[in-house]
Amino acid sequence: QPVAAELLAHLERLALVDFRDAEGVVRLQRVIQFADRLHEVNTDGVEPMDSVLEDRCLYLREDDVTEGNCAKELLGNAREKVEEYFVAPPGNIPLPKLEEGETFLQGS
Amino acid sequence: AAARGCGGVWCRAWQRGTGGPAPRGHRAIACNARGGAPPFPACNLAPWVPVVGLEIHAQISSNSKLFSGSQVQFAAPPNSLVSFFDASLPGTLPVLNRRCVEAAVMTGLALNCSINKKSLFDRKHYFYADLPAGYQITQQRVPIAVNGSLSYSLCTDNKMSQMVTKTVRIKQIQLEQDSGKSLHDDTRSQTLVDLNRAGVGLMEVVMEPDMCCGEEAAAAVRELQLILQTLGSSKAVMAEGQLRVDANVSVHHPGEPYGVRTEVKNINSIRFLAKAIDYEIQRQIEELENGGTILNETRAFDSKLGCTVPMRDKEGKQDYRFMPEPNLPPLILYDAKSLPANVNHQQVVNIDWIHERLPDLPRVKREKLVEQYGILPEHSFTLLNEDGLTEFFENVVKQTQMKPRKVIGWILNDLLSYLKEHSLTVKESPVSSSLLADLLNLLEKKEISSTAAKQVLAELWKGKGKTPLQIVKEKKLELIQDQKELEQICQAVIDGQENEVIMVVLG
Repeated sequence: QPVAAELLAHLERLALVDFRDAEGVVRLQRVIQFADRLHEVNTDGVEPMDSVLEDRCLYLREDDVTEGNCAKELLGNAREKVEEYFVAPPGNIPLPKLEEGETFLQGS
Repeated sequence: AAARGCGGVWCRAWQRGTGGPAPRGHRAIACNARGGAPPFPACNLAPWVPVVGLEIHAQISSNSKLFSGSQVQFAAPPNSLVSFFDASLPGTLPVLNRRCVEAAVMTGLALNCSINKKSLFDRKHYFYADLPAGYQITQQRVPIAVNGSLSYSLCTDNKMSQMVTKTVRIKQIQLEQDSGKSLHDDTRSQTLVDLNRAGVGLMEVVMEPDMCCGEEAAAAVRELQLILQTLGSSKAVMAEGQLRVDANVSVHHPGEPYGVRTEVKNINSIRFLAKAIDYEIQRQIEELENGGTILNETRAFDSKLGCTVPMRDKEGKQDYRFMPEPNLPPLILYDAKSLPANVNHQQVVNIDWIHERLPDLPRVKREKLVEQYGILPEHSFTLLNEDGLTEFFENVVKQTQMKPRKVIGWILNDLLSYLKEHSLTVKESPVSSSLLADLLNLLEKKEISSTAAKQVLAELWKGKGKTPLQIVKEKKLELIQDQKELEQICQAVIDGQENEVIMVVLG
């Protein structure tokens, strides 16, 4: 079952991924088919597991100050900075509005 | 009896002007505190019932952040309190701070919640420059505490002589991360980002929409603030961003389904909270009565203009793509029964242990003050409302023979009004509790009159270091005790007013 164009467009806006072209979409569909095989397993009466850590003990840290004071190191990776502040574009840049039927996919 | 929700009713009174009715919204009927159907408005327009729910974020008072060891501090050099994890550098992992868990449990217990012995962490995804990971770690599925309640009081008139208790249900309390701070530089079309606040622990307190107006919301938030400060789980100072309140507001006609709600953000004080909510209720009523519709949107409160405006940057419905936080196992809490033997106490949070050590909550403190000192309930509210006033009052009571019921008048009427006039806190008072006690002792021993006492207090305010006794002597304010001297004075007055005396004798 092919992935609906609407859903693709929605995913692209949300996750800011770019499926780029028809080949990318086909790859996505194959990934979904592969994952769908999980449905072959009978999970009646089995509690869902969301982490392999579920039986581990959640470690609790003491409330001590042990880190920080490394502005120089952190800002070392920044392309732009203003007096120890990171610089970002103003607000969220809205994605361009698409005409109906258009997607970000090229060559599809 | 505690009443949940107020059945408060709003209606618009039509102002009969020259050009026909000019609508002016106002609150026609004060919220009916006793519950039950409120009286129908006199203007015969269909009444509106406002519905107000609150989402409150309280910053946890702790040394370090929720999932990292960087310091929690207001106003520090930008990005100086940021660890690699806070900056979301690859390869870093969250490590939960036990103090934050204890703070949330304390708060849950104080708000009569059920504490979930197993709670889970989730990721809430959205893009913003001050959220470097692209997601916030929160507790969406199973939070740490649920189903509580908060009781608060309202005065039904401005004189505080009639107080009514109300209750708002607490839906849940969850632990989550705070984001960094964005400073918008519109001139250079850029945003400056400071991550000092990123990762600080928050308790989100979600209240059910049981309130109906700004006054109720303000009273509820004020009580929550006092509780948090008493527990020490949060300093809850709104001006420092330690307590942030978002209001969800809608209106509907009685008997009809709830209306579309808007979310109001950017409220910086309790006073503005009441204003913002009342404005939004008004705006919605006017919009609907003019045949318009309410959009399910987020609005910001503009304190200068006193109104709410649509917020930019909020495009339609957000899909947060909630997923379990894969790096954190479930948070397990214990009580006396379930506590395993041979356990490392540092690794265990015991709900019963915390419960036993809860301090007296504001409600209990007030009851004790009323019982111990014989003061009125509304007095106890004022005492707790001002930081340090209760201690001041109790110190004065200790040092004077005057009955607490009389002392309270001097504290609330004289002392407090002086402080308010000069915008001083109790701690900054130039008149100490001992000085006031000395003064009240003179009054109690009938060495001065109460008029004279007020004069002395006025002098004491100047803070020149004189004692009440010194001032009394300097200004010759002592009451004359000598019978003969008093007779002489009275005789002199009578002698000097012959005509008036004759008139009095004749009747």
